[in-house]
Amino acid sequence: MLSLNHFLLLGAVLFSIGLYGALSRRNAVAILMCIELMFNAVNITLVAFARFLAPAATASQSLAPVSTVGQVFTIFVITVAAAEAAVGLAIVLAIYRTRRTISVEDVDLMKW
Amino acid sequence: MESFSIEYLGLIPLFPLLAFVIIALVTRPLKRLSAYLSILAVFASLLVSAWALYSLVIAFLSHASGEALVKELTVTWFSVGGVALPAGLILDPLTAMMLIVVTIVSFLVQVYSQGYMHDDPGYSKYFAFISLFTTSMLILVMANNFLQLYIGWELVGLCSYLLIGFWYHKPEAAAAAKKAFLTTRLGDLGLLVGILIIYFTTHSFGFAEIEHEIKVGALSGGLLTVAMVCVFLGAVGKSAQFPLHVWLPDAMEGPTPVSALIHAATMVAAGVYLVARTFEMFAASPDQQALLVVAYVGGFTAIFAASMGLVMNDIKKVMAYSTISQLGYMMMGLGVGAYAAGVFHLFNHAFFKALLFLGSGSVIHAVHDQDMRNMGGLGGKLKITFVTMLFASLALAGIPPFSGFWSKDEILAGAFEKDTLLYIIGAVAAFFTAFYIFRAMFMTFTGKYRGAPAHDSHGSAGGHGHDSVHASASPEDELRAKVKEHASGHGEHGIHESPWVMTVPLILLAIPSLLSGLLGSPFMGMAFQSFIEKGAEVHEELNYTVMMSSIAIAVAGILLSSLVYYFKIIPANLISRPLPWLHAFVLNKYAMDDLYGWIVNSVVLGASRAALWFDQYVVDGIVNGVANLVGAAGGALRKVETGQIPNYGLAIFAGAVVISAVLIISGSTL
Repeated sequence: MLSLNHFLLLGAVLFSIGLYGALSRRNAVAILMCIELMFNAVNITLVAFARFLAPAATASQSLAPVSTVGQVFTIFVITVAAAEAAVGLAIVLAIYRTRRTISVEDVDLMKW
Repeated sequence: MESFSIEYLGLIPLFPLLAFVIIALVTRPLKRLSAYLSILAVFASLLVSAWALYSLVIAFLSHASGEALVKELTVTWFSVGGVALPAGLILDPLTAMMLIVVTIVSFLVQVYSQGYMHDDPGYSKYFAFISLFTTSMLILVMANNFLQLYIGWELVGLCSYLLIGFWYHKPEAAAAAKKAFLTTRLGDLGLLVGILIIYFTTHSFGFAEIEHEIKVGALSGGLLTVAMVCVFLGAVGKSAQFPLHVWLPDAMEGPTPVSALIHAATMVAAGVYLVARTFEMFAASPDQQALLVVAYVGGFTAIFAASMGLVMNDIKKVMAYSTISQLGYMMMGLGVGAYAAGVFHLFNHAFFKALLFLGSGSVIHAVHDQDMRNMGGLGGKLKITFVTMLFASLALAGIPPFSGFWSKDEILAGAFEKDTLLYIIGAVAAFFTAFYIFRAMFMTFTGKYRGAPAHDSHGSAGGHGHDSVHASASPEDELRAKVKEHASGHGEHGIHESPWVMTVPLILLAIPSLLSGLLGSPFMGMAFQSFIEKGAEVHEELNYTVMMSSIAIAVAGILLSSLVYYFKIIPANLISRPLPWLHAFVLNKYAMDDLYGWIVNSVVLGASRAALWFDQYVVDGIVNGVANLVGAAGGALRKVETGQIPNYGLAIFAGAVVISAVLIISGSTL
């Protein structure tokens, strides 16, 4: 039987993979993908908490969800993530057009 | 008195102020209208002033005296932090006399200026400035407190600056304006310090209150003397007394009517007025030390300036030194306690010296030159100018019954009673005065014309530009001026009397030069002095020794002058040939300008250089050191900012880990 901890572990593993990728990759598109990965890890965690810890669920032992706050939150995260991806990719594209590269190492105009 | 309300006094400066504003804002392009407006305004002021004087005279003649002849109006201008600053008007005989002098001279000078400035490009501006000056001077003389007087005092200083530098495109005029402004500022600083000392001890600005406070002992002893000497320092600057006299001769760079109005009749007399207005305070100083300072500074200035007047060749410079000398006389008169005599001399001097200046202006207008060595024989051509100036010269020299005699004689009599040394100084100065003014008259109006002949007159364009009424800026203007001169036939035959707008004021000023002295003569019971002293009885015993000797001195001066410059029996270089250095020394104004130049150049500039070094190396060193330290710290720390997003992300992650670890270890549950 899958318990809450399994889902949380999955979320943590996914999040760590995404974080590692976001910090270590040089390719801007790859970084964006890793960020998506972290979003999804969070989504899994949110849904899992909603499923297992929502008050109605624990009280009635029935699997029918009563409170949908966690799920709605997840939908919001997905929506925002989609927008973020669109903006992020647009920026990457713009950088590519002007600088002919999408390596974040080369985009360091902010440094001293 | 009942017919004239003190509130009307406020109207007097209002008219010229309105004229100034309207000319400056509206009628500037319409030069004739500007002049008429300005003259009309001052004429209105003149009428109100005459009314004010009339009301006082009526009261005086009906034997009112003391406070009955004084009207005051004081309101609180504004108060700040518990200090109420007053604004107020005073109408007493002294103010009424000053009002009438200022408005009459200003009116006549403005009428005259129409002719003198007739084709000056700054015609409207000139009348605007003159109106502003008249306003300021009127504010000054009707103030009943130090604060308002000081405002008027600075305003007339500003107007003086503007009008001396009226032809600002001439470097000498610009320099003279600056010199006048800075030199008088030095005195004004003294005045300010004096006012503040008085204020902090008596807590009052009003003259009457201060006099009362001094009587009850709020300010006395050495501090009072110091305060009054500081106030006198202001008068020294404004009235061109030694050692701050150096600006007045240079101020002759301004238009001649300005010299007549500001630098002869009114503004320079403001210093004398100030001492007269605060006379009670001066007299209250222990042993009258403050008055003694006034007397000696005045006496020394009188003889010092007169001696320079002896050698000057520029007609306006002679008048300038004469003015300084006569102002010294007034100061001496006040200083020896002959209060009414000093004021009386101010009154007489205003008319005859304004006349002398306007007459000089008329001569300059005719010959386009200021150097008396290039004049001569003008008496036949400029008849009105000659006769009117002769009146003024006789008044200045002190020949009865001309006005100057009565007041000067009374000052000398006052000095004679008080201090023999001052009397001798005054007598010698009187001799010099008679000599130099007739030297100027003889050199200008008698003998043969020594100027350039008709065809060469254009060659001496330097003289032309010196006090040029054309003030031509462009070559075209120069050419037009020349053509015009040629058409009118310049040179000796082209010299003609000035237009009536210039001669009528001369004639009108000649009348008081002859008669104003009689007001204070024994024939009229010293009416003027009694009036000025607010109806007090003036002793009428005459010092015939002094009177006879002053007539003798004046006649001797004129005679000697005629022997040298008219009959030419005594060579003019009798003294200058064996003692050339003395002549050069006096001609160089006793090297006072050089001395001040040296002081400024070595002492002031030296101190400035030291301050500059301190500023550059010490102050800047500290400031720059701090800045460099901050910069270096920043330079070291900025390496942290790599610009690499993963680095920042790692830092955020590391930070989150550390915070989490701390929270977990400390067992906190957020």
